[in-house]
Amino acid sequence: MSGLSEAARRALEATLGAGASEAEAYAVRDSGREVRAHGGEVESLTAATRTGVGVRAWIDHRVGYAYGTDLSAAGVAEIATRAAEAARIADPDQFAAPPQPDPPEPLEGLGDPSVGAWSAARVAELALTVERTALAADERVAGVEQAVYADSAEQVAIASSAGVAGEYESSSCFAYLQALAEGEGARETGLGFGLARGPAGLDPEAIGAEGAGRALAMIGASKPASRACPVVLDPTVAASFAGLIGNALGAGAVQRGRSPFGERLGEELASDAFVLHDDGRDPAGPNSAPFDAEGVPRRRTALIEGGRLRSFLYDTYTANRGGERSTGNASRHGYRSLPTVATSNLVVGSGTASEAELLAAAGDGVYVTDVAGLHSGVNPVTGVFSVGASGRAIRGGELAEPVREFTIAGELVAMLGAVRAAGAEARWVPFGGSVKTPPLLVAELAISGS
Amino acid sequence: MSAPIDPALAERVLARALANGGRFAEVFAERRRGLSLAVDESRIESVQSGAEEGAGVRVVEGGTTYFAHVDGLDPADLERAADEAAAALRGERREPRALSARVTEAQPIAVRPETVEAERKAALLRELDERARARGGEIAQLTASYMEARREVAVANSDGVFATDDRTRARIGAQAVARRGEVVETGAETLGGHRGFELLEDDPGAIAEQAAGKALTLLDAGPAPSGSMPVVVGGGFGGVLFHEMTGHGLEADHVQKGASVYAGKLGERVAQPLLNAYDDGRLPGEWGSDAIDDEGAPTQKTLVIEEGRLVSYLYDHLTAERDGVASTGNGRRESFRELPIPRMTNTYIAPGESTPEEMIAEVERGFYAVSFGGGQVDPATGDFVFGVNEGYLIEGGRVTRPCRGATLIGNCLEALTAIDAVGDDFFMKTGICGKGGQKVPVGTGQGHVRVAAMTVGGTER
Repeated sequence: MSGLSEAARRALEATLGAGASEAEAYAVRDSGREVRAHGGEVESLTAATRTGVGVRAWIDHRVGYAYGTDLSAAGVAEIATRAAEAARIADPDQFAAPPQPDPPEPLEGLGDPSVGAWSAARVAELALTVERTALAADERVAGVEQAVYADSAEQVAIASSAGVAGEYESSSCFAYLQALAEGEGARETGLGFGLARGPAGLDPEAIGAEGAGRALAMIGASKPASRACPVVLDPTVAASFAGLIGNALGAGAVQRGRSPFGERLGEELASDAFVLHDDGRDPAGPNSAPFDAEGVPRRRTALIEGGRLRSFLYDTYTANRGGERSTGNASRHGYRSLPTVATSNLVVGSGTASEAELLAAAGDGVYVTDVAGLHSGVNPVTGVFSVGASGRAIRGGELAEPVREFTIAGELVAMLGAVRAAGAEARWVPFGGSVKTPPLLVAELAISGS
Repeated sequence: MSAPIDPALAERVLARALANGGRFAEVFAERRRGLSLAVDESRIESVQSGAEEGAGVRVVEGGTTYFAHVDGLDPADLERAADEAAAALRGERREPRALSARVTEAQPIAVRPETVEAERKAALLRELDERARARGGEIAQLTASYMEARREVAVANSDGVFATDDRTRARIGAQAVARRGEVVETGAETLGGHRGFELLEDDPGAIAEQAAGKALTLLDAGPAPSGSMPVVVGGGFGGVLFHEMTGHGLEADHVQKGASVYAGKLGERVAQPLLNAYDDGRLPGEWGSDAIDDEGAPTQKTLVIEEGRLVSYLYDHLTAERDGVASTGNGRRESFRELPIPRMTNTYIAPGESTPEEMIAEVERGFYAVSFGGGQVDPATGDFVFGVNEGYLIEGGRVTRPCRGATLIGNCLEALTAIDAVGDDFFMKTGICGKGGQKVPVGTGQGHVRVAAMTVGGTER
């Protein structure tokens, strides 16, 4: 047993000692670094270490939570006491109970030795290469606001009074930049990014080129005319929408009447072209793990397939309440939060169309490459949305002039029914949680511009 | 409680941080305590109690910042952070200046939240639940939350600054869902401050009624209009428009990278003469106030737009050094785990001379945006977007009907210039700003403001 599992075990015992009838401890240790590059220099180099434990205490179906960074015996005892106090404030809920043990299958491929092996100087060079590539792409690239590389190696341990016990390690890294291009009297920005398990898996030149390309493509952008028209969502935008749909499919939102998908299980509500899974075990998925935030095995769950709504996502609480089995979708932000139901990795099914074929099928419409204001422009209860967007006009089935400063509006469930085709090439995107998606062609959305 | 780090230990840590050179070193130490709970389905749940402590050490040399942070405040933890920050430097040892304590008065807290019985906090949420549900059967749901947080911070640097602050914040929020047949609408309201439990002694339940009222109003809403039109923005939270549109572009890090539309515009006219705007981190009891910023500089009131002219950016230590000016006390960080960056505190458009009624009466056809769900801006291009929570159509100089699902979109240079009336009905609201992935509490404020033309993106066909 590692030191971290021991810490979890000690916290668990202290919580039972503080009067909890059931308890669970979730301990995390991670180390990471971050490089920010600007103007050919390293702007900042950060070395981070984090250790903490979060404890759930159940007292007669009342749940309390406490967390802290002090893993000494005295520190853990104090966390345990606070968790028990927190439980006494909560109202009882008959469905609140810890999960029963269900030992997960091991999951390989979550770590990459290059995270530890690459020196700070080497990852700094990676970030500098991202910036340099963007600047060299075109003379209209006026600068790079920031090129960032970050990695983390994480260890997680869990122990509960019901007998759950587990531990895993994983690593991840990403790099991105925001490139600035100037032309026609205006400035445009473009995002490029890449995700991998370790720096060896990133392609800094491709990331830099993507940021430059996106910024350059927007030079000379104008407002499109207001109308309803076909829309192609690029993978970054499709991922943002998939994330909204994934959140609305969490059983917590459904059971509390706060999801546009409530009461609609089994209904035919999407087009056949839109297929959605949650997959917590894809080794390429940033959020993959052998078990979820309360020790239940991660798995793959069909959400929308054959046009029908197949399943919601459950953690132990929502499964108890819905008379279902947990889908291994308990999630938390490190040790500092109670587990709640959330997507792991969303995977939108790929089709057969190339991007050119999607554009040709759209005919005249808009290719959306960026959306803004998702947290304020979407009503999560009804699914009605109106968000800011930018991208390119589609004319005669081909990309035409850049367009910006418009909104796209519609309703999430109706949009699923309007998906006409999914592209063949999917990529992992860190928006909307963690999503792998191809571009999507939607038959019609409302555009509000000039 | 004592400061999270004492001056003698801070001096040792700074000396260690400069072991391999560096022109500036800093240690930021922090103790955080917090409690939050919620009511949902009339049941108290999600009771969470946190306690964290740790420190971040940075060393600056040339244009590079070397930063390390650790959990824990034992001397060994702090020394480890200093060693990690210094590890990548290759220069000669430097001695920090002797520390001299800078005394700043923390915001006064009348009733420390941690001394109030937990049951009173639960009872408060039960009251919010009952008050909202008392608005009638169309209120299908009410969720409400309570949070209290205390941050004791100490910051010391190689220029000899040693400063401490003791920050307590409390905030409640309510979100109501109203349902009539197939129509579902939501309404939200919050109340918060850099204050103790005294914040909640004067009828806190009113926010639940207000949230419920908004949701009920929207049940009668029609689709929002689309296109360019005059927009009257409501007071208080309407200030988030200024925060996003202009405030972020005034933060000196964006400006110095050429990633702000306000770069190079100091002294220029960016708005009509009726507009004056401030960032003020000292407003008593306000959500975005602190005694010092997270680099030890006293917070201050900074005039950023004077009669329509841009007169100041917002600086932290490093960006001020680069421009050869003094920090404006805007170096903020979410926690010891982050580097400070220039951030707004409480940002507002100063009261003007119009009344809201006059502003609306002068509009033939337009939109009245009372509150926003939030917004987003790209400071480099100035493009912004705001989701409107509560909005109404203006027809013939009168507010005629509520609208759902509206988004405001535009470019900040044009929109700020287009403000042609500022109201006399000033008040502040609370927000959480997420710049650079770091969440910090910010206040936004203004009276009613009218923008002569802005794009409203609605669903009306």
